[in-house]
Amino acid sequence: MSGPSTYNPKSGFERWLDARLPLPRLMHDTMQTFPTPRNLNIWYTFGGILTFCLGIQILTGVVLAMHYVANAGLAFDSVESIMRDVNYGWLMRYMHANGASMFFLAVYIHMFRGLYYGSYKAPRELIWIIGVLIYLLMMATAFFGYVLPWGQMSFWGATVITNLFTAIPVVGHSIATWLWGDFSVGDATLNRFFSLHYLLPFIIAGVVGLHIWALHVPGNNNPLGIDVKSPQDTVPFHPYYTVKDAFYLVLFIILFAGFVFYAPNFFGNPDNYQQANPLVTPPDIVPEWYLLPFYAMLRSIPNKLIGVLVMGGAIVTLVFIPWLDTSRVRSCRFRPLMKQFFWAFLVASVLLGYCGAQSVDAARFGIPLVWVARLASLYYYAFFWLIMPIVGLIETPKKLPASIAQSVLGDSAAAPSPLPAE
Amino acid sequence: MRLTKLSLSLALGLSSGLLASTAAFALDTTALAPKDEKFSFEGPFGTYDRGALQRGYQVYKEVCSACHAVNHLAFHNLTEAGGPEFTEAQGRALAAAAKVPADPNDKGETVDDKGAPLMRSGTLADHFPSPFPNEQAARANNGGALPPDLSMVVKAREGGPQYVYSILTGFHQTPPAGFKVTANKYYNPYFGGWNISMPPPLAANSVTYSDGTKASVEQEAHDVVTFLTWAGEPKMEERKRMGFGVMVFLIGLAGILFAAYRKVWKDLH
Repeated sequence: MSGPSTYNPKSGFERWLDARLPLPRLMHDTMQTFPTPRNLNIWYTFGGILTFCLGIQILTGVVLAMHYVANAGLAFDSVESIMRDVNYGWLMRYMHANGASMFFLAVYIHMFRGLYYGSYKAPRELIWIIGVLIYLLMMATAFFGYVLPWGQMSFWGATVITNLFTAIPVVGHSIATWLWGDFSVGDATLNRFFSLHYLLPFIIAGVVGLHIWALHVPGNNNPLGIDVKSPQDTVPFHPYYTVKDAFYLVLFIILFAGFVFYAPNFFGNPDNYQQANPLVTPPDIVPEWYLLPFYAMLRSIPNKLIGVLVMGGAIVTLVFIPWLDTSRVRSCRFRPLMKQFFWAFLVASVLLGYCGAQSVDAARFGIPLVWVARLASLYYYAFFWLIMPIVGLIETPKKLPASIAQSVLGDSAAAPSPLPAE
Repeated sequence: MRLTKLSLSLALGLSSGLLASTAAFALDTTALAPKDEKFSFEGPFGTYDRGALQRGYQVYKEVCSACHAVNHLAFHNLTEAGGPEFTEAQGRALAAAAKVPADPNDKGETVDDKGAPLMRSGTLADHFPSPFPNEQAARANNGGALPPDLSMVVKAREGGPQYVYSILTGFHQTPPAGFKVTANKYYNPYFGGWNISMPPPLAANSVTYSDGTKASVEQEAHDVVTFLTWAGEPKMEERKRMGFGVMVFLIGLAGILFAAYRKVWKDLH
């Protein structure tokens, strides 16, 4: 679908540049004339939204780093100083803190969309796998970032997560000590986490470049999950999708701004407004909401090593999805059986998140939540490793439409006609 | 190494659910739900009640500051927009009344003839002085308990202003039968475990308000909680004001973009 370039340099300078560094040609072909399926819905606007989120995190983060002090004795006060003494420091910090939650909200929608419409299937396997890598980098970056304010939850969250490595037989403790740079989480740990927290977003930006590059070779999947067959099935990216993405982006920013200006501590934990104290353990150590499903898996398993493996495996599993799904049809719209398992998977993920937020011994309606988490974890694995391969083989998909254009415009328009004027 | 072991056993405990089992108590001493006190700063347009902030500062100064620091506040904050908004002259006077640790004098001495640390009058640039020179001194003077810094106390507690208000007004109740108040502690059902180290801090007429407001315990608590909420979130008014402008702009922009979106896509359907 990337096809031959339609860029036509107009001025002498553009011709000169095009022969040396064809940057305008790249922009023209990828952001202007790029043929995009005409039936992309609201769930396809989250790619652009995520790029925005990354940009906001980097911009606000660079400013925050100018005022933050990565020192166990000073970090907590330096964050408060940003909130009080730096011009618009409160705005930068609240945007950055809530921006992380918005970033994950958008990435989860983006991932569930990919799952529902089969966007990971051939020829888009690499787009999906690069996406999983981005997600992994995001989790690492968010974890490092959450440690930096050096509040109680920062410190104890870092302690719990880094201690997971001690589950590794023989070398576990050495690895943990090496990660800490000390014999426990302390000043050395804070400094290296700050360094990595500053580094990783730029690596994410690079990998996002690969993600978009890989997308521009086969082109977008679409809600029907069928291939683009004729120029009639597509519209140029600009202005059709630039204007649509911009509209939904602004709706997303309204939600974002609602949190930043009116409920800036909604996603935060009150304990993190108390300075880290290695001698006082908070009654409940809870990670940020976006890590809760994995935390619930970890806690639901009594054996530490197996718990860590199950948690890590849940993320590694995502890499194999393109080959675990045996269906010839991409979109769940035409997969009556898979559609139900998909929604059950969404429920299981939310349930896991809910269980992760409660204390370990909690129960609801007389059911211990640890068992809810165990069943949901089991379903998580079963969904990918059993249901996906089996349902793909036994399911009878609904009849696919002949083309995107026919589906959008009805049979009358299926006859070839010229593209709408640009 | 002890620390490492502690954190280790913690992580182990979390993953194995060991922390789950605690001995069953006959009496459930979970904190009561906080009282539903209403404050002027709630809601998207809420602002701090200037009078409550100024009275709250008085309560902090005359009662709380005997044990609690508010290290993140400086005297100039008292004169800034969105805060108690004392005049600059008032702010200077309030700062001058406070004694803060002085630099070494020109002979290089840090203590006076009697061995007491050198002190000077505060200025607008100074942060609020701490009641105790260090944590050990604070504990020694409070039966082993450490009075927390109150700068972010409202943000650092589940339940926020309502929680702090409930603690302050939750003393002087008769404990239920079977509950034993620990020696040197006080019964307060809004505090987890019900035994709190802080003695009842407020009484009727603990302070005399210059604006004629009757100084009941509830009034004093309401005022000081308003003050402490501001201490933790001094830019709240600026934040909400800017938020309103941002929202108006974004909704307008969304409207324009929606119109553009409809127009661009009209030919396609």
